[in-house]
Amino acid sequence: MNVDAVRTVLLVAILVAFAVAAALTIVRIARGPSILDRAVASDVLLTEVLCVLGAEAAINQHVRTIPIMLIIAAIGVFGSVAVARFVARRDQEGQR
Amino acid sequence: MEPILDIASLVLVLLGALLCVTAAIGLLRFRDVPQRLHAATKPQVLGLLLIAIAVALSLREWVVVFSLLPVVLIQMATAPLSAHMIGRQAYRNGDVRDLVVNELADSPDEDPERH
Repeated sequence: MNVDAVRTVLLVAILVAFAVAAALTIVRIARGPSILDRAVASDVLLTEVLCVLGAEAAINQHVRTIPIMLIIAAIGVFGSVAVARFVARRDQEGQR
Repeated sequence: MEPILDIASLVLVLLGALLCVTAAIGLLRFRDVPQRLHAATKPQVLGLLLIAIAVALSLREWVVVFSLLPVVLIQMATAPLSAHMIGRQAYRNGDVRDLVVNELADSPDEDPERH
């Protein structure tokens, strides 16, 4: 089987998979219901950005995105930690 | 040999992307924060690991491997941290229900009324 054809099929599948994943995650960020659900979903969205940067480096065979991946992996944790630490208890009482 | 390695790296990227899709589906379909956390933490370690291996297979240089190693190690160190913080806050908010065994029920530090 032709290598280029296999490569094209794989590339399309990768693009569709990342697009579907990001779209579904954004739906969860928009719907909530609590701020912790949104924190979890935005953490997943950040992970998907990380994976897309790595995938782009693998597909186009360059190393320019690897420093960005390092920074995102290092400081991405602060977002959800800050939300979890300072989330108000009031947020939950309004929901029930 | 080179086309085989390229295709193998694309297959690994596809597996990582599919893990991201499963996490997104889990986020949409599960009911409360701990269950969504369970789905969310899969691509944070395994998906990133697969994609790091794919980058290494695609570029085939030791420099790349040693610059990807800290990315994976830092992610492995910080992903459980944020998951732990969110899970603890979810418990304190009373988001965690239907527990079979609740070992924190007797702990005065984890009384949901206090936080």
